[in-house]
Amino acid sequence: MTDIATEPTASSEPLPRTRTDWLPLLLLPALALLALPFVGSGSTWVTLTVAGLAMGMMIFLMASGLTLVFGLMDIINFGHGVFISLGAYATLIVLGPLAGWGQADSVWLNLGLLALCILAAMGVTGIVGAVFERVIVRPVYGSHLKQILVTMGGLIVAEQAIHAIWGASPIPLPLPQALRGAFVFGDVVVERYRVVAVGIGFVVFIGMQLLLNRTRLGLLIRAGVENPEMVEALGYRIRRLFVSVFVAGSALAGLGGVMWAFYRQTLTAGMGMEVMVLVFIVIIIGGLGSVGGCFVGSILVALVANYVGFIEPKLALISNILVMALVLIWRPQGLFPVARR
Amino acid sequence: MSEFPASTLAFDETRKSGGILSGLLSSDMPRSKRLTVILLAILVLLAATPFLFSGSQPLSTAAKICVFIVLVASYDLLLGYTGIVSFAHTMFFGIGGYGIAIALERLGATWMSVAVGLVAALSLSTVLAVAIGILSLRVRAIFFSMITLAVASAMAVLASQLSDITGGEDGLSFQLPAELRPAFRLLSEPIFGVTVNGRLVAYYIVFIVALMMFLLLLRIVNSPFGRVLQAIRENEFRAEALGYRVVAYRTAASVISALVATVAGALMALWLRYNGPDTTLSFSIMIDVLLMVVIGGMGTMYGSVIGAALFVLAQSYLQVLMDAGSKALAGIPLLPDLIHPDRWLLWLGALFVISVYAFPGGIVGRLRQAR
Repeated sequence: MTDIATEPTASSEPLPRTRTDWLPLLLLPALALLALPFVGSGSTWVTLTVAGLAMGMMIFLMASGLTLVFGLMDIINFGHGVFISLGAYATLIVLGPLAGWGQADSVWLNLGLLALCILAAMGVTGIVGAVFERVIVRPVYGSHLKQILVTMGGLIVAEQAIHAIWGASPIPLPLPQALRGAFVFGDVVVERYRVVAVGIGFVVFIGMQLLLNRTRLGLLIRAGVENPEMVEALGYRIRRLFVSVFVAGSALAGLGGVMWAFYRQTLTAGMGMEVMVLVFIVIIIGGLGSVGGCFVGSILVALVANYVGFIEPKLALISNILVMALVLIWRPQGLFPVARR
Repeated sequence: MSEFPASTLAFDETRKSGGILSGLLSSDMPRSKRLTVILLAILVLLAATPFLFSGSQPLSTAAKICVFIVLVASYDLLLGYTGIVSFAHTMFFGIGGYGIAIALERLGATWMSVAVGLVAALSLSTVLAVAIGILSLRVRAIFFSMITLAVASAMAVLASQLSDITGGEDGLSFQLPAELRPAFRLLSEPIFGVTVNGRLVAYYIVFIVALMMFLLLLRIVNSPFGRVLQAIRENEFRAEALGYRVVAYRTAASVISALVATVAGALMALWLRYNGPDTTLSFSIMIDVLLMVVIGGMGTMYGSVIGAALFVLAQSYLQVLMDAGSKALAGIPLLPDLIHPDRWLLWLGALFVISVYAFPGGIVGRLRQAR
């Protein structure tokens, strides 16, 4: 970086704190408040907002891995969607022998089943992610064009492989008993599963933030985003870091895939690719490589989709594109531009 | 454009030697004997299909090859020559198809409607291509890929939702102008035993427009404009430093490519007398186009001819082969599933990945190396 030489840093002074960019964060409450008069009824508004939050969390789970991988490795993985599908199908490994747990009347067995599904999905997608990185992605580091082509090719092959293994027809995926239905507070209806989704999304987001900002590993990852050569020169194996981030990103996609599949309650091999459109919009809005931006972007997109879908259903189809266009006109690099790129 | 150096020197040394053929091909000769033979064979076969094969199946396959050559070649202008990946190419293909379909359905089966539909489709394509270009290309080329994917999928949803206009998932069937209907006779006497009816006229319209579009694209990529595009592909910063406005050139390339794809879509709709999401707009066609460009050879217009011909033929005949193989292996676990005819994309996908790594020049690149 060139500005290191020009900026004299006296060692006695404390380092300047990084300023938090509040504007994009204010966007969310501003949007929610703006929507209130248009929606009209307060209880509907709460329902819509909570539903939007849950949807946003699920998108965030699916998108976070992609933006992390891009931030660190400068790899744009168009095959990310297949990890979402694969994670969703991996639940079948658990649901086969343990289907009874989902029917049981115990909340803990039901949640345990969900947890096991998530573990299985993350395990499978993590392993496949490691193979994918080695076979498909590694030979094309540095060339975006080839990355897009090759990961697209990987997506085609993997999607067809899912068809070959699990069959081409959609598979129904019932929610565990305790997660069906909704909580009702007066006029406000909140689906139970959405509460779980919000919970898991928050845990993952906080966990990622802590990992990235409070641990040595996170420091290395952030340093790698800024300047990989320097990290390597300081004696760290950036390659290993790359692979582990790619595996983690794939596993996160698997986790997102499970949540998304239970939400849709059907499995199709193309489900990952369908949701990838939203994922791309989200990471563009957030600023490629920024986890915080991805979080804000996910919730922004989901909230807008929900409000617009309620107020003017016809417009909802293109509301995502409009949001993206507006954000890009305001900040061409996304809400939280990542410094180097 | 005024930015080009106003030199009177020939731009390319090879251009001095050459006759009419070289002029037609914009001095971009196949440069390989085997490639020349294959290309000539494809040209002759396509030109003479109505007289060589009987029945409607071969004629439809040939028309599809013609349309896809144009579609793939226009995509190659973006992917192979400019080095940017668009996922909205089938959107423009679809706009062309819907333009013709809607106009012919609403305004009646006249040539006027064809013109109106085509012009409307071309205008819409231009507006969309410019909007996508300036929104995404000024930031970073990979934004373009993601944004085109998003916009294209939104358009696909829109087309299936606005069923009053587009016919939704069912698509639109329509009547062609009288001269293109099977009942029309251009000549009272058959030539070489083939009746010259409206279908034949329609086929030759598709063939000739496709040929002209292909030659036009060949002209564009070999013009100074095309050379700038290649310079941008090779080194964006250097091209910018030389004073070429990268964003403007990329946007222009994307608009040209979109317009040609729109024409291809119009041809497709005219040939099929039908347009729907599955024939022009779906994402799976986008994947097919990607496979055709890469397997045929990126950055070589001739690659699109070979890629499209090979792919369309494979689509029709490879599945038959795989079906036989799958039946022969029945009983063995997983293997029959892997070569089930519905899994043919699995193998083409693998071939695609291998071509990107091992033969970036595709089939044409291999043939040129081996000359």
